[in-house]
Amino acid sequence: MNTERYIRQTSLKDFGVAGQQALSKSSVLVVGVGGLGIPVLQYLNAMGVGTLGMVEQDLIELSNLQRQVLFSEEDLGKQKLQVAYDKLRAMNSGTILKTHDSFLTRDNALEIIASYDVVVDASDNFATRYLVNDACVILKKPFVYGALHGFEGHLSVFNYKGGPTYRCLFPEPPNNTSIPDCNENGVLGVIPGIVGSLQALEVVKILANIGEVMYGKLLIYNGLNQSFHKINFPVIPQNLKRSSLEKSYEIPSCTSLKQISAASFKKVMKGTDSWQLIDVRNTEEFNQDPDPIPQATNIPLSELETHTDQIKPNHILYFVCQTGIRSLTAISLLGSQFPENEMYSIIGGMDHWRTTLQKASKSLD
Amino acid sequence: MTVLLFGITKDIVGSGTLSLAANQSESIQTVAELRSFLKGKFPKLGGLSSLAIAVNSSYAPDETKITETDEIALIPPVSGG
Repeated sequence: MNTERYIRQTSLKDFGVAGQQALSKSSVLVVGVGGLGIPVLQYLNAMGVGTLGMVEQDLIELSNLQRQVLFSEEDLGKQKLQVAYDKLRAMNSGTILKTHDSFLTRDNALEIIASYDVVVDASDNFATRYLVNDACVILKKPFVYGALHGFEGHLSVFNYKGGPTYRCLFPEPPNNTSIPDCNENGVLGVIPGIVGSLQALEVVKILANIGEVMYGKLLIYNGLNQSFHKINFPVIPQNLKRSSLEKSYEIPSCTSLKQISAASFKKVMKGTDSWQLIDVRNTEEFNQDPDPIPQATNIPLSELETHTDQIKPNHILYFVCQTGIRSLTAISLLGSQFPENEMYSIIGGMDHWRTTLQKASKSLD
Repeated sequence: MTVLLFGITKDIVGSGTLSLAANQSESIQTVAELRSFLKGKFPKLGGLSSLAIAVNSSYAPDETKITETDEIALIPPVSGG
């Protein structure tokens, strides 16, 4: 360990040489090299964390530069991972840098995370956030969570010392229509810098075993009035018992999945295309519905992957459920298995279908 | 009753705080009742599958009793990074 390099922090009574040694022996994985990931990486690298891993597959775009301050104009179009590696290397040659040239997926998450001590969730989407949570719970790794919305930042440490997880606060991922995940919501450049720096600080506190780690609390920072709110929340013990990942983490996104309104589907029904309608509600719900769509085949979502024999080849597939959420999941489950079939989810499900029928019958009166 | 709004709930309501007049809040005695009142007033809040509610800075399950003087916060998950 280079004594002079870290003297300004080793001379801190509550950090000391012991704190520095703890950092140098530790490994930290940063998921996402973007607005949050960059300040996390820059500080942990500068402060002497022994091994830093990075998971990222994006390229550097012009619109990244207002907040991703590691990158320069000459880096546009290059791989974030490679540019970050080169720059971090130049800043501290003592750090072992590991690059994972991929996005975090259901297939690679456990393998990638397994070798690190602490994980930093610096991702920008719900699918990855729930995946990071579940993988960390399974592998018993603490993870430092940061997330942004406009001028606001959220911070917490999950799965630390038996404390709560992300799912203790937010049990289920939001559906695609409730929170704009794919419509870039906008972020003021400096906000991820602040929240990412707070995440780096939590990592250091965990590794050096100093201070009070932010677990069991959610910190909400509002940049517009410089306010910090801390919310206490308890662990739900069941959430710590997870032993496997979910079947799918694909949260239906607004761009990749096709949806159709109930009114348009009515027109499809009268048209000449070959189509099949699959109602993915469970059998009980379907049987108790006094008025299901008569042409629908009922295959509950949970049985969809094992009952693919009921799916007609060369037909356009339409999926319906009660509110339009499970039908989107159906597409993400079957999409790769049936690449030849066009698939649509009926927006708003049977709820919308009924209102559409009512409107249609009123206009006939 | 004052409700602090975070994340997307701030955008849905169009303000960082929501003050409920006494005649509105006197019928709201639990978190569950507040939840359904707010969903009625702002239907888009009903579309949030995970919406945490805190009372006096602590996470509050639906059965938690609330009173006029409590500080309530609506906390949806946020995803940006």
